[in-house]
Amino acid sequence: MTQAQPTIHTPASRRRHKLRMITRNGMLYLFLLPALLYILLFQYVPLYGIQIAFKDFVAIEGIWNSPWVGFKHFSAFFSSYRFWDLIRNTLTLSLYRIAIGFPMPILLALLLNYTTFRRLGKFAQTATYAPHFISVVVMVGMLLLFLSPSNGVINKLLGFIGIDPVFFMGEAGYFKHIYVWSGIWQTTGWSSIIYIAALTSVSPELHEAAVIDGANKLERIWHIDVPSILPTAIILLVMDVGRVMNVGFEKVLLMQNDLNLPASEIISTYTYKVGLLNAQYSYSTAIGLFNNIINFILLISVNKLAKRISGTGLW
Amino acid sequence: MAGKHQKIHQTMADNVFDIAVNLLVIVITLIVVYPLYFVVIASLSDPDAVNSGAMLFYPVAGQGKLLNLEGYQRVFQDARIWRGYGNTIYYTVFGTAIGLFATALAGYALSRRDLVGRGVITGLFVFTMYFSGGLIPTYMAVKNYHMTNTSAVMIILGAVSVYNIIIAKSFFQSTIGIELQEAAFIDGCGNGRFFALIVLPLSKSILAVLTLYYAVGYWNSFFNGLIYLNDEKLYPLQLVLRDILVASQMLAADVTDIESIGDAQRIAESLKYGVIIVSTLPVLILYPFLQKYFVKGVMIGSVKG
Repeated sequence: MTQAQPTIHTPASRRRHKLRMITRNGMLYLFLLPALLYILLFQYVPLYGIQIAFKDFVAIEGIWNSPWVGFKHFSAFFSSYRFWDLIRNTLTLSLYRIAIGFPMPILLALLLNYTTFRRLGKFAQTATYAPHFISVVVMVGMLLLFLSPSNGVINKLLGFIGIDPVFFMGEAGYFKHIYVWSGIWQTTGWSSIIYIAALTSVSPELHEAAVIDGANKLERIWHIDVPSILPTAIILLVMDVGRVMNVGFEKVLLMQNDLNLPASEIISTYTYKVGLLNAQYSYSTAIGLFNNIINFILLISVNKLAKRISGTGLW
Repeated sequence: MAGKHQKIHQTMADNVFDIAVNLLVIVITLIVVYPLYFVVIASLSDPDAVNSGAMLFYPVAGQGKLLNLEGYQRVFQDARIWRGYGNTIYYTVFGTAIGLFATALAGYALSRRDLVGRGVITGLFVFTMYFSGGLIPTYMAVKNYHMTNTSAVMIILGAVSVYNIIIAKSFFQSTIGIELQEAAFIDGCGNGRFFALIVLPLSKSILAVLTLYYAVGYWNSFFNGLIYLNDEKLYPLQLVLRDILVASQMLAADVTDIESIGDAQRIAESLKYGVIIVSTLPVLILYPFLQKYFVKGVMIGSVKG
């Protein structure tokens, strides 16, 4: 489309041009082959398997020949006594995480942007990014060690000021706080990178002009810095809300125990247990599909909303 | 960080602001660093000192020693950890190599504006970021390919990340100019040679970013092992870590012998901090040197493709 445009634009000549481009760039399609093969095998073939959500899957019959049952598994899930607990736990963890996890990186980026000691800023950046690279297993392992009622350091410190040991991981009421705030500890630094980048691209002339007009730093943050990172913030918020039903499965599963289960069983961990541990394939697929569809609808609507309000969105 | 120009007109409010900002940054840094530091010193201390809360600021080895390496000795005696380490290195090296290969090629092809069908193909990739078959359908597909409980599943699953393809695409789009490409084609250079001889040498930084992203992903991966493996010989490090760090409570129910519970617990306790350090060491050592590449990846990724 960019070069050697044919001068006559008849449909036929355009088709010939297209064909020539395809043959000339044959190699590029070969380049795409490994990645396309991968998403075909591990993304699109599983989409075909979704139909078992509407069937009673029988292994010997296979996906195609298993009998249709309509919405049986969905209505079983909706009327199951766990349904509202799962929804409540999933949304609680997710919305709590967004409510704290969305503003924190913005605050950190603003703070780092206004440190007056360059080396302090650099060191703080390196330090706060680091926990991002800790694996989820190690993260949960650290939580269990620190919060242990018998010999965890947190309870020892509480003991010094006369507070009796608390079994943090065994108390359903603490689960959401531990989940969210450990996540804040782990990811805030890394998530702030994108805002730091946006802040460094703010033109210095804006700040100079504001200084001449007598604005102090807080006013400059509010009137210059915040508007300049707003588009980035909106896109990230859209993506966050679009994933609202996808709470970090691995971390929750690792943090679960029998005592905190009333607060920690979420849709994805339940899907895992029902599907892989109890081998109820169809039922588990139906729950997973329900979850995905809600996510998808949310993403599209939040994106529309963001576009209407601010003119920025994912697409 | 703050520009020089900002220092000229400092009001009283600004001075208070500066002090508050610097203090907050120091406090936040301490909050982030202390737990990591704690793990390091705990791994070098006498377990009893750690468990009693006596060790808070520096290693307490006991018996006049400076450091207590008992925990590490236990770690190195544990065959599971060695095997997990070996498996993880194997999965990481081959998985990263395959991922890098597929991602760089696909990213480059999608960056070319003269690729007929570019929009549709990009759409095919991006769609999978927002909608997937879910756990069971994916599991069934993998099972159909006879890949469960093989090292192949640990290498291949996760080798293509659409997010990484988009990062690569944005990079090529902004780095490889159309003039360069046209000049090469006029000289009779085809797509394959152009990519290998001209694009790749210009793209070392994106290749570094992709390598790091995939390598860290494989190193820390736990989910695929949990779902697809049941042979312990194939367990990656993270799954071994799960057994040591997390599952001690879950497994406790299976152990009926009281004495072995106590023993296992004592051994496990002294192992844990050392295990965390040993397993995270490769990432921790490389991290300060490679930080700029990780950050670069985020920057490229933030440019809308």
